[in-house]
Amino acid sequence: MALKIVKGSIDRMFDKNLQDLVRGIRNHKEDEAKYISTCIDEIKQELKQDNIAVKANAVCKLTYLQMLGYDVSWAAFNIVEVMSSSKFTYKRIGYLAASQCFHEGTDVIMLTTNQIRKDLSSPNQYDTGVALTGLSCFVTPDLARDLANDIMTLMSHTKPYIRKKAVLIMYKVFLKYPESLRPAFPRLKEKLEDPDPGVQSAAVNVICELARRNPKNYLSLAPLFFKLMTSSTNNWVLIKIIKLFGALTPLEPRLGKKLIEPLTNLIHSTSAMSLLYECVNTVIAVLISLSSGMPNHSASIQLCVQKLRILIEDSDQNLKYLGLLAMSKILKTHPKSVQSHKDLILQCLDDKDESIRLRALDLLYGMVSKKNLMEIVKKLMLHVDKAEGTTYRDELLTKIIDICSQSNFQYITNFEWYISILVELTRLEGTRHGHLIASQMLDVAIRVKAIRGFAVAQMATLLDNAHLLTGNTQRNGICEVLYAAAWICGEFSEHLEDPMQTLEAMLRPKVATLPGHIQAVYVQNAAKLFATVLRKHDGETESQAAQETSQLLIDRLPLFVQSANLEVQERASCILQLVKYIQKLQQKNVEVAEEVTALFAGELNPVAPKAQKKVPIPEGLDLDAWINEPPSGSESEDEKPKAVFAKEEPKHSRSRHTEVDEKELARRREVRKQEQASNPFYIKASPSSQKVYDAPGVEHIPVVQIDLSVPLKVPGMPMSDQYLKLEEERRQKEKAERKKKEKKKKREKRGKERKADSGPESEEDITPAHQVDIVTEEMPENALPSDDDDKDPNDPHKALDIDLDKYVPHCRHLQFIHVLHIVMCRNEFFSKTEIYDFRRIQKKMLCSIETRLNQLSWFPVQKSSKHKKKKQKKEKEEKEKKKKKRHHHHHQHHGDAGGEDSVQNGTVEEEEPLPVSQSHSVSLKREVKVYDIQGNHQDESKVVVSVIFENKSDSFLKAMEFNVLDSLNSKLQRPEGAGAHDSLTVPFQLPPGVSNEARFVFSVQSIVMPQKLKGTLTFIVKSDESSTHEKLDFKLHFTCTSYLITTPCYSDAYAKLLESGDLKGSSLRLEGINMPFHHLLARICFHHHFSVVERIDSCASMYSRSIQGHHVCLLVKTSDQTVSIDAKCDEPSLLGNVLDEIKQTFSKC
Amino acid sequence: MIKAILIFNNHGKPRLIRFYQYFAEDMQQQIIRETFHLVSKRDDNVCNFLEGGSLIGGSDYKLIYRHYATLYFVFCVDSSESELGILDLIQVFVETLDKCFENVCELDLIFHMDKVHYILQEVVMGGMVLETNMNEIVAQVELQNRMEKSEASDQ
Repeated sequence: MALKIVKGSIDRMFDKNLQDLVRGIRNHKEDEAKYISTCIDEIKQELKQDNIAVKANAVCKLTYLQMLGYDVSWAAFNIVEVMSSSKFTYKRIGYLAASQCFHEGTDVIMLTTNQIRKDLSSPNQYDTGVALTGLSCFVTPDLARDLANDIMTLMSHTKPYIRKKAVLIMYKVFLKYPESLRPAFPRLKEKLEDPDPGVQSAAVNVICELARRNPKNYLSLAPLFFKLMTSSTNNWVLIKIIKLFGALTPLEPRLGKKLIEPLTNLIHSTSAMSLLYECVNTVIAVLISLSSGMPNHSASIQLCVQKLRILIEDSDQNLKYLGLLAMSKILKTHPKSVQSHKDLILQCLDDKDESIRLRALDLLYGMVSKKNLMEIVKKLMLHVDKAEGTTYRDELLTKIIDICSQSNFQYITNFEWYISILVELTRLEGTRHGHLIASQMLDVAIRVKAIRGFAVAQMATLLDNAHLLTGNTQRNGICEVLYAAAWICGEFSEHLEDPMQTLEAMLRPKVATLPGHIQAVYVQNAAKLFATVLRKHDGETESQAAQETSQLLIDRLPLFVQSANLEVQERASCILQLVKYIQKLQQKNVEVAEEVTALFAGELNPVAPKAQKKVPIPEGLDLDAWINEPPSGSESEDEKPKAVFAKEEPKHSRSRHTEVDEKELARRREVRKQEQASNPFYIKASPSSQKVYDAPGVEHIPVVQIDLSVPLKVPGMPMSDQYLKLEEERRQKEKAERKKKEKKKKREKRGKERKADSGPESEEDITPAHQVDIVTEEMPENALPSDDDDKDPNDPHKALDIDLDKYVPHCRHLQFIHVLHIVMCRNEFFSKTEIYDFRRIQKKMLCSIETRLNQLSWFPVQKSSKHKKKKQKKEKEEKEKKKKKRHHHHHQHHGDAGGEDSVQNGTVEEEEPLPVSQSHSVSLKREVKVYDIQGNHQDESKVVVSVIFENKSDSFLKAMEFNVLDSLNSKLQRPEGAGAHDSLTVPFQLPPGVSNEARFVFSVQSIVMPQKLKGTLTFIVKSDESSTHEKLDFKLHFTCTSYLITTPCYSDAYAKLLESGDLKGSSLRLEGINMPFHHLLARICFHHHFSVVERIDSCASMYSRSIQGHHVCLLVKTSDQTVSIDAKCDEPSLLGNVLDEIKQTFSKC
Repeated sequence: MIKAILIFNNHGKPRLIRFYQYFAEDMQQQIIRETFHLVSKRDDNVCNFLEGGSLIGGSDYKLIYRHYATLYFVFCVDSSESELGILDLIQVFVETLDKCFENVCELDLIFHMDKVHYILQEVVMGGMVLETNMNEIVAQVELQNRMEKSEASDQ
């Protein structure tokens, strides 16, 4: 043995360690890959050895190789081996490797559960720390489910180092296993006030992450955070909290009002830029949420804008960037205050830093008005010319278009100018955004009727000079513009001056080099132009021009008939035949113009992009129903009844009919090929574009060569600047006229004719140059108003949208927080003698956040609250009627309990099932461990009940005393010397709106029966005027489940246990369970503290142990919607009760 | 949340990578390449924020980086993190490295990737900021190193 160890360490001396590996790789620069592959071979050898040190060294090297991009998942099992080493050094290596390369798909993760559980409860805090760190990177839903309890315990660990890690990792656990959020939340909340700042910061961190996704559930924490904000000095915590408030304020404007002052103070006082910046951001968020109907906060806005200006002017580029970023948020609601800093922002456009330029561009978007649009765009156009690098230029281009087209072209006063801007943009070489320009052209031409004449003329010029756009490069995005140009010229051809010329331009041979979809538009619109030409020459007998046009088409179209693109081919041949036919008619002197025009009659209206989606499905139409009966046959092998089959796998059954197997396809393809080969009429594939030129009738067309030496100057194109000047002149003129009119008006004192009465520079005064009629997009009649297309159904955070304030009966059985939620209510609208069902009160208290906020004195109470209360009362009364029957029952019950009906003012009592979810869980587990060593079995029957006291009233509560009427079986543990009926003092007082947790230990004799204990809480309510003594009754429900502890069990031990024959059986059937099997298992594990031993398909064995050592084994099977549970336990009555409780859990879902 | 932490040198060679969301190895390398491409072409006197690394996250994510001598430290974070805060955090991390390695240089990172990971683990955990106090971080790292040493001497 000793020899072996010596030999092992000698071997190790020759092994490469990480440093050797790195050095080796650096020395083999030429053949790195080869060197590494030999290293990997060595590592594989090392992993085969028994020595854990060698293995750990190998795993460490693998972690390095993983960074270089090598897949090391093949060593996953070895990593697990190293993780489970008892030495911290190796364990750490193993966990590091696991955190770098494990993920949800890694199957060995299943094996780690028990190892991690062991490490989590290790006496060495660093073992625990390393396990937590590793777990945070590779936690899976299964791990989260199985370890949630253990991590939860660690949240109350004595060492802050562990506490903060445990708190942080809970967020990951919530993400993977959302059901754990509700039970864990009270403790998480408690950690917000942990004495250690690191733990506190971690808790803030987690709650901020949670609240960011579903802020409304965390509004109730606002007072607590407010307190933290005003007391904390840790900038990290402050930043997080302030960010969180930014997310909460949109939901609760009153919170915003409350925040403004402390935030403003912070802005003035702090020296930390990061904190200042976040404060400004949150103030902005507050101002945005307040912007409607609130007295103006112009001072705060001014402060923000002023601070941001300082940031933007700072020489630090980071501050400049952030300043611009925050400025853009203000812009949305307070554009005026930002617009005054236009100079600064335009200046940023010249910055050398692209990030800053892009931010400035974003700001410009919101700063335009009718007045300055043309000026700003002109400036941007200058930048477009200067810009080097296509990405920034493309960004400029899209921004120009965004700016101009925003809110339905709101700021454009002169569409001729806009069209010419678009035409100028087409000169950009190599831009990707041809389609964007094209769609703008189409949009404007279609929706602004007055501009069509001008647009068509421009487009005609564009088509005529198409060669300038297409250039040499084939994949030039800008040629998309021609698509728009051709369509506009065709569709609105009545505006064309010389349709014949445009037609000729559209049928040039060079067109054949354009992308297929553009050619198709060309061909189709050539036909429209043809119709226009014919109509122009309508009535002229033997019109030469009309016949020439037909001839032109007949000459040129064959080029397109040969196109490789099917769409082009089809359209061209249709139109060619049509024209040939028309030519024949023309030769016979038949009037055709009218009939040809009729082909393209009617106007095309723009349709809104979402219109199709909004068409409501007519009543009685089932889109999922088969139109024809699905062909039956070949399904006979399926044993399942047909209904089930169709319901569960409709996709599968449908696709089966369309799928033809590969062989069959190949055979058919072959047959078709041969057919084609022997068919003389079939045109074989790929006529290349060169070939096109050989087409008959092309040679004799004179192709005018245009000198391309000055490509940017498109002849005859208007310059947008021209329009800018014209527009300015026009406005001047208008202004002058208006002044004249005004004078006249004054003289004549007749003001009715003019509506605008503001100063001459105001926005409204700038009238558009044309009578612009922007056609709105069509929507179907009775369109559905719903518009939530933007939500991502796959967002993992959606599952965490849990209303934490709501009472859910399910969580009664939750394992860890055994919470008794006592809500103390003392509001005037609870009259003295009324007795309420506990849940109703809670529901009422929590019914809406708004109402609750009214009740908390923390928020300034609005005047309307009185009204609300009245309304509540009404609701209450209605509820009461409904519950009359139950009330009766309550009263009786009360009688038994000692006539508490007569207790004085404002007492709120609850009977009936409490939201008690209790167990001895985690904290107990630790006790069990300790006592095991001491051999003291008595204390194994201890149960810890955590109680959360929440003060819902607006008075201060103090001197709380907790007492429970002991039964023979269960007793509250009281301090030594105390009498059997003495109360325990709750070690804290409760200010309004605050909650806190206290724990009480119970000793339990027999655990085979569930039981309920009656208890009373007495307390003093202290308000400004008086203090009164009050009490609250409750019941603690100890379920049998709460005596079970999740205990892992290996399958061999499990088998032995079953074989031993000591266990007695029982079984349970659950019908109509409609959930996936793994959910079902998770539910049993979670609510009833079982762990899965083994799972095969739809059958699983589970195990749990009671605190007194009873074994409970379950065999869960499912088929269809029936679940059968066969159970064995050495204590039949315990088993019976547990099964009853399981049944109850599932009856609730 | 922090989605990824990348450290690479002026030539794009990775020195430490830490993803808090799963990516396959080839994707990780692609992300490193793309990030390097984005970051390396920027001057030293421009701002330290970058939008649109298309591979990680979407518009909600930002790259926040610092350039020290031969190394780039890049954090990919979402909007719940404060930009300036993360810049400070990078500074804290680098100063911690400096303390632990005594005048840290690229070679330390090259040969002791594992140690750098252990230090990082005390700063960021599972994508969330764990500790920002340098003395606390250094103390915990040293305690763990001491444990490792005592285990080695036991052998």
